[in-house]
Amino acid sequence: MTISIRSVEKQFARYPALRGVSLEVQPGELLALLGPSGSGKTTLLRIIAGLEFPEAGQVAFDDQDVTFASAAARKVGFVFQQYALFRHMTVAKNIAFGLDVRKAKDRPARAEINRRVEELLGLVELRGLGGRYPAQLSGGQRQRVALARALAVSPQVLLLDEPFGALDATVRKSLRKELRRIHNATGVTTIFVTHDQEEALDLADRVAILNQGSIEQVGTPQEVYEQPASAFVCSFVGETNRFDGAVSGGRFVSGSVSLAVDCADGPKTAFVRPHDLVVAPEGFEAKIVRVTAQGPVIQIEAQTASDQRIEISLARQEAGSIAVGQTLRLAARKIHLFDPVD
Amino acid sequence: MSSSTLSSTRQDRRPRGVKPLFRRRSAIAGFGLSLGVTVSLLSLVVLIPLSAVILKASGQSFSEFLQAGFSARALGAYRLSFGAAFVAAAVNAVFGVLTAWALVRYEFPGKSIINGLVDLPFALPTAVAGIALAALYAPNGWVGQYLEAAGIKAAYTPLGVVIALTFIGLPFVVRTIEPVLRDLSADVEEAAASLGAGRLSIIGRVILPALGPAWLTGFALSFARGVGEYGSVIFIAGNMPFKSEIAPLLIVIQLEQFNYQAASTIAVVMLSASFAMLLVINAIQAWARKRSA
Repeated sequence: MTISIRSVEKQFARYPALRGVSLEVQPGELLALLGPSGSGKTTLLRIIAGLEFPEAGQVAFDDQDVTFASAAARKVGFVFQQYALFRHMTVAKNIAFGLDVRKAKDRPARAEINRRVEELLGLVELRGLGGRYPAQLSGGQRQRVALARALAVSPQVLLLDEPFGALDATVRKSLRKELRRIHNATGVTTIFVTHDQEEALDLADRVAILNQGSIEQVGTPQEVYEQPASAFVCSFVGETNRFDGAVSGGRFVSGSVSLAVDCADGPKTAFVRPHDLVVAPEGFEAKIVRVTAQGPVIQIEAQTASDQRIEISLARQEAGSIAVGQTLRLAARKIHLFDPVD
Repeated sequence: MSSSTLSSTRQDRRPRGVKPLFRRRSAIAGFGLSLGVTVSLLSLVVLIPLSAVILKASGQSFSEFLQAGFSARALGAYRLSFGAAFVAAAVNAVFGVLTAWALVRYEFPGKSIINGLVDLPFALPTAVAGIALAALYAPNGWVGQYLEAAGIKAAYTPLGVVIALTFIGLPFVVRTIEPVLRDLSADVEEAAASLGAGRLSIIGRVILPALGPAWLTGFALSFARGVGEYGSVIFIAGNMPFKSEIAPLLIVIQLEQFNYQAASTIAVVMLSASFAMLLVINAIQAWARKRSA
């Protein structure tokens, strides 16, 4: 199902949470809403779910206007960060809830509901735990139950609000793979909210990056990483070194840092990824402060002559012998230039 | 506790692997002192008086015990005391949930006043409440005259007892449910709504069941308070033997007639009944807690 969000605006008190957001989500897509806290990503998700209603704009599911339809009427599955399981019900009852509350004429037979619950327990790999109560499960297991519960009603859209936020790193990684697998198995259009750029880039087909209530860029993980549309996207997605300076005569200069660019003159902010810095005889100078060797890549922290800290990632063979105190000459393989930002 | 356990603990020469009965080393100091004070106080204020009552009641033959404790008049008093307390607790269980709901869920003018009013039965001397209620519900009182016209006699009947006990027990239900209702996150309701549940389904299937254990505790506290209540009831009850005489009053009447043994016998019967009921309610709570902790 296609989800269209058109110029949606939402205010909390006098503080704008969303300022004219538009977004198309393709059928069967796995989309991440990525942004720092307070960027409006959760508000947008809740508006799609029908848990919040916008002041202006429109939400459409397959050209059907659902802007003010209730959450119950939208047939969406919603997964909360804190699971929001029904504590007084067993796992099986939790999963069956969406089917149990249907009106008698729409409700599947008992045996059919039980079959569906078993099937979902299998899908989220919790077979045999249907009789437990949520209190008897680990955090990761609870989130799987929440996922199965949301899927039980065969939703047209699956919405997840920071689904892995409350879990520890290992569980988070394995659940991430799990979500990808479940998404592939069910093919349901899925939108999830996260502030973790690694999670968004790793899991999503496309990423929408929000900042201060506006969408800065929508694109594949590769696009937003390699062709960031704004200074914010560039600094939010991936590691980067930032230089504030100006371009004149084909060179960008910031303190002692000087880089060759192909750009009109004027004040600019430049971003260079740590792995886009290379050793070059005619480059600017930087003194090595710290070296961390992790596997094939060596992370170097260095200081320019104008006292700016920078980070460099070099392949092991490229780096040669490197020691703290040594001075490197560096050039940039790729530079992202934007108008000055504060 | 055996003396050897204590002495070996004190000198710290206990064999490896044997846990001391008391006094495990802990970062939270003061265990000995606080437990000592607690046990002494409980003994002086609760255990010794209760044992004295039982001792007093046991100084008679079994048939005497039956006669004093289960006379027709005493049975009538028990029925009224427990029955009225039960009805009052049930009424409170319903209206207490509503009151707690209104206080937690909505903002309205005068909320803090209502919040304060709920606690009034805790603070008010029960005799004051009794006199006020009796005046209100008497056949010529503000409320009583209309009830009288409708053919309902409130004051000086068992109904009056229920009214007084409802007044006394309300805050117990409200104040036990309130924190649980407040902790019940909005997430859970939103989850239910997104799964297609209507408003009534959400309340009936999600919220009320989650309140279950707290609701039962509130009911039990309200009931226990009602069984023991004396001050507010005697003014409105009319105190007619076999009809509107509560058990605590019967104890007082026996005492006034210097019939100490009969008084303690009735006390023992009430004590056992209350104890049994608390036991049952605790068991239900433990069961409920195990499921939803």
